[in-house]
Amino acid sequence: MLRYAYYPGCSMDTTGVTYRISIEYLAKKIGLELMEIPDWNCCGASSAHAKGKWQALALPARNLAIAEKRLPGLDICVPCAACYARLLAATVAIRESAETRSRIEEITGVTVKANANILTLMDVLGTEEGMAACAAAATRKLTGLKVACYYGCLTSRPQAITGIENIESPELMEKIVSLSGVECVDWDFKTECCGGSHQVDAPTAARPLVERIFRNAKSNGAQAIVTACPMCHLNLDMREEEINRKMGTAYDIPVYQFTQLLAVAMGASAKEVGLQKHFYPAFKRLDRTLRKAGTLQ
Amino acid sequence: MAQLQFDNSAVLAEKIAADAGVTLSDCYQCGKCSAGCPMSASMDIQPRQAVRLLQLGMADELIRSRMIWLCASCHMCVDRCPNDVDLPALIENARYQAQRIKLCAVPEVGKFNDIFMENVKNFGKSQEVILEGAYNLLSGNLLQDMGSVPHMLRHGIIGPEIRAVREREHVRRMLTEAEREDEGC
Repeated sequence: MLRYAYYPGCSMDTTGVTYRISIEYLAKKIGLELMEIPDWNCCGASSAHAKGKWQALALPARNLAIAEKRLPGLDICVPCAACYARLLAATVAIRESAETRSRIEEITGVTVKANANILTLMDVLGTEEGMAACAAAATRKLTGLKVACYYGCLTSRPQAITGIENIESPELMEKIVSLSGVECVDWDFKTECCGGSHQVDAPTAARPLVERIFRNAKSNGAQAIVTACPMCHLNLDMREEEINRKMGTAYDIPVYQFTQLLAVAMGASAKEVGLQKHFYPAFKRLDRTLRKAGTLQ
Repeated sequence: MAQLQFDNSAVLAEKIAADAGVTLSDCYQCGKCSAGCPMSASMDIQPRQAVRLLQLGMADELIRSRMIWLCASCHMCVDRCPNDVDLPALIENARYQAQRIKLCAVPEVGKFNDIFMENVKNFGKSQEVILEGAYNLLSGNLLQDMGSVPHMLRHGIIGPEIRAVREREHVRRMLTEAEREDEGC
């Protein structure tokens, strides 16, 4: 049964809104039950672990503890790559060391076993059951659209924690997003870093990271980039026009969440997945694809 | 540059390595970390050199560097390292030691992290509007990314709402406790 505890994370209410509404759309379509962890708190993102080890462990631990108590027996689905990494890091630390666990329990004042598995939304949809449900619902094909699947850092690294076999060129997003009929190009920057919060606090140093992701996607024939993280999506989508303006480039690559493409293939309208909310125009590319494929109703 | 006592610096290097769980002699300076690091072009000390400094007991140079703050924690270095040297853990612990003596060579990064954590402490969740606004004020980059604000307001991406945890007192209490624990590290 497709039933999971659900940790959306702070971005889902603001800059990750298109991710959230497309997840909700497809969950409804395929009967995926996402039970939100009651009264969840921030995972700490990259700031907590920059400031201190115990701050970085305490924040996710509270969420794990609530999930254990209120949603027992369910694995936890975490669509945001950064939240996923923090919840997983805390889970591994608690499971590996009884001493760490008891110190975390002292700090947080709650009991935590960390027995639930932490999964990305790709992990969930990539299961046999998830794939079958998506395949059955994705009736409208985006045939002819060439996309570059961009994973960023934190769904695959560090390998010691994620256990992902191929951290340089994972294939899971390709497998899932292909169900929408798109063609996934082979490219080199699948797991390169988007700069994360350094796009705000060290923009001069970090901006080239985004530029080279567009460059590599473009030179490998991609017409769009597909992401699985609110931060990666914002960093690419919001910076593309500025990069074109300041660096003299002419990238014309809309950036979609992989869930938006799936939802559109399942019949969602542009509004239902928030295409109008993108910074870089995102409607035309999909509209043209659907018209050409003869699957626009 | 003011130097710490050499002895202190060597002891500090050992502490950073021990806290990170790294055996410094595992690194044979092949440089794959520097080659794969996406931020290396802007770093004053290259990732490979960071380990070298610790091997030589020169932790003071590392904790004064910009590199430890420019690291994006992407973990490319450790995943490509032929000897599994956990460089992100070394960098993280170097940051902790720098903060103990109130050092942050890229102040904007320190400010961002401070504001972020202050928000979480107050509300239990990150508040992107307050984060960006307070960051611009405190860093002096008043107009940074303000061009994107009208679009975000128009499309309801951001708004004036505060989204807080109900048990925010619990989050505040445990973060205060965690900070105390971190100071003792």
